Amino acid sequence: MMREMTGAEMVMQALIDQGVEHMFGYPGGAVLPIYDAMFHQNQVRHVLVRHEQGAVHMAEGYARSSGKVGVVLVTSGPGATNAVTGLTDALLDSIPVVCITGQVPTHLIGSDAFQECDTVGITRPCTKHNYLVRDINDLARVLHEAFYVAQNGRPGPVVVDIPKDVQFARGIYVGPENIQHKTYQPRLKGDPEKVKAAVELLAKAKRPVFYTGGGVINSGPEASRLLREFARLSGYPVTSTLMGLGAYPASDRQWLGMLGMHGTYEANMAMHDCDVMVCVGARFDDRITGRVDAFSPNSKKIHIDIDPSSINKNIKIDIPIIGDVKHVLEDMLTMWRAMKAEPDRRAIASWWGEIDRWRARKSLSYVKSPDLIKPQYAIERLYEAVKEKDVYITTEVGQHQMWAAQHFHFEEPNRWMTSGGLGTMGYGLPAAIGAQVAHPDSLVIDIAGEASIQMCLQELSTALQFNLPVKIFVLNNEYMGMVRQWQDLLHGGRYSHSYSESLPDFVKLAEAYGGVGIRCHRPGDLDGAIQEMLNVDRPVLFDCLVDKMENVLPMIPSGKPHNEMIMPDHPEALDDAISEEGKMLV
Amino acid sequence: MSSPAEPIERHTLSMLVDNEPGVLARIVGLFSGRGYNIDSLTVSEVSHDSKLSRITVVTTGAPPIIEQIKSQLDRLVPVHRVVDLTVVGKAVERELALIKVRGKGEIRQEALLIADSFRARTVDTTLESFVFEITGKPDKIDQFVSLLEPLGLVEVSRTGVAAIGRGPEGM
Repeated sequence: MMREMTGAEMVMQALIDQGVEHMFGYPGGAVLPIYDAMFHQNQVRHVLVRHEQGAVHMAEGYARSSGKVGVVLVTSGPGATNAVTGLTDALLDSIPVVCITGQVPTHLIGSDAFQECDTVGITRPCTKHNYLVRDINDLARVLHEAFYVAQNGRPGPVVVDIPKDVQFARGIYVGPENIQHKTYQPRLKGDPEKVKAAVELLAKAKRPVFYTGGGVINSGPEASRLLREFARLSGYPVTSTLMGLGAYPASDRQWLGMLGMHGTYEANMAMHDCDVMVCVGARFDDRITGRVDAFSPNSKKIHIDIDPSSINKNIKIDIPIIGDVKHVLEDMLTMWRAMKAEPDRRAIASWWGEIDRWRARKSLSYVKSPDLIKPQYAIERLYEAVKEKDVYITTEVGQHQMWAAQHFHFEEPNRWMTSGGLGTMGYGLPAAIGAQVAHPDSLVIDIAGEASIQMCLQELSTALQFNLPVKIFVLNNEYMGMVRQWQDLLHGGRYSHSYSESLPDFVKLAEAYGGVGIRCHRPGDLDGAIQEMLNVDRPVLFDCLVDKMENVLPMIPSGKPHNEMIMPDHPEALDDAISEEGKMLV
Repeated sequence: MSSPAEPIERHTLSMLVDNEPGVLARIVGLFSGRGYNIDSLTVSEVSHDSKLSRITVVTTGAPPIIEQIKSQLDRLVPVHRVVDLTVVGKAVERELALIKVRGKGEIRQEALLIADSFRARTVDTTLESFVFEITGKPDKIDQFVSLLEPLGLVEVSRTGVAAIGRGPEGM
């Protein structure tokens, strides 16, 4: 399609042609022409946020729960700088987002004009790619390219900065069908030689483990299906990073639970003692590896990743396979069947015997209390109440996030959204709103802490305005709990500024916004209160008062290898667990 | 992935990139943001029609870091190709330098003799100064500059390394 129109109209037309149904934004001087063009159409629905950071997190929640690209529209200057945290979050977690920013007119660029900032300069290191469009004749192509770049290869955020005069200028619009990217053509299929070598190695393994991550989710539901098929066919154990939860069903016997700093004992011990590790769409992040030079010392490592820069970045890989998880798993399965691969049943059975002994340590156990709600108990009860429902979970960042990852169990991909890489407090509520926009009839719960929730709480107003009945389940321990836990670990229990002073009355606060507030502090009342929350078809802020001093366990102290975990039955080991060198790490 | 035991290597990387605004900032930002070294950097458009520029970076690091640098560069959207000329084979590397020396009498004679033996050209002359132009490998220029140092060296302007692979194949 080729048609003359204004730049602002091109933006809306490009969004429509890209199949965008929802966008998240906030108007301002430098994007008014686009808002005016929006006014003249009704195909793309705009969700008005209360802060631009919220807009990007909503787009992330929308993208992660639906598999589509999340779209953001913000103004120049502070609109763009407020979006930076969200963009960085999307970059680190590989979430496809297109963020359109207004800019001062081209003749004012560089003059320190009102609400001017160097948006492409500021966002260059926190986006996958960005564009400043100075010429109306480039605009349509750049917009379509932005969608292509955001979702192909390793997904990520893309910024398109559009000066106001370009929004008013008239030009010829071209549709997405006429655009082909010149150079950016990520490789999807793995090298057949490498695939073959990997399958041969795997088939002979005696102590194998699948170490899976967010790449399985990003590759689409088919990738999760293939992972399950491969696990079933081989009988090998599966663990996952925080980002990958849900790709493999938590109810399955071959599921070891999450790995890493607060992962299960069995998952971490299997990683440490395995002889063949298959990393599927994960990146050997420091939360996963612990001490790098003692990481899984006796294993051969296979790494499937669409991004070549992930290979050998932190850990030396024996068989790297560059490609998309879905394509590579498909080829590996075909190869496995063609080779009539037969795992060493005796070795695998004895490997499972070992894993079962680790599992018997019950690393996620905790001491229940008749008077205090233990945070783990709160998550367990929440899970029991909603597990049969069509539910999406988001979190903020901190202790509650780890307890949610440990005690809420996921059966399907795209159901769990958390800020993994950047660790952004304030992510959960806007992400929940984004997920609710994508799934209006589903139950969406933000598992939060009382500190994190206050970072983007203003978005409760957005939820009310657009009738998005998200549930905010706050584990309120009156501390920035993870900070407090690390102050216990490293700083002699001196709780420097980690106590949440002057907390608001969350129930009244919810009511002030027009939502519903519920408070619960007795274990015996918890089930009833959760039910009450679920019965409300409006946004609810649930203030769950929990044990203030609980720590997240088990834990690999920083600077330690996987086989030196602190277990909940010996929490006193935390006291001197971290070496001088480990203290430097975060 | 770097460990202190691994040797530090010097590599010359050549890239073809889209000649678009910000492409250089993107590459330089990648080096500074991830803590990589740039020893030398040259940039120029090489094809006006296809709007391509060639960037040559000389960098140092342990082998895994060099690999990481290449992968990181390669995944930038406007980067078409990255070639490690140090791995590909003995590439031709040249640098041009302009060097100003100031002095009178015997010192002038000495400077001219050294310039002659290095096949440097004299591109500016006054009664008390010369500007020499020299082309060659970086270490040849280093050597030339160090010999001129005691003879009244005023300033040096170097282009940085331009490099190209040997043989009939292009990058």
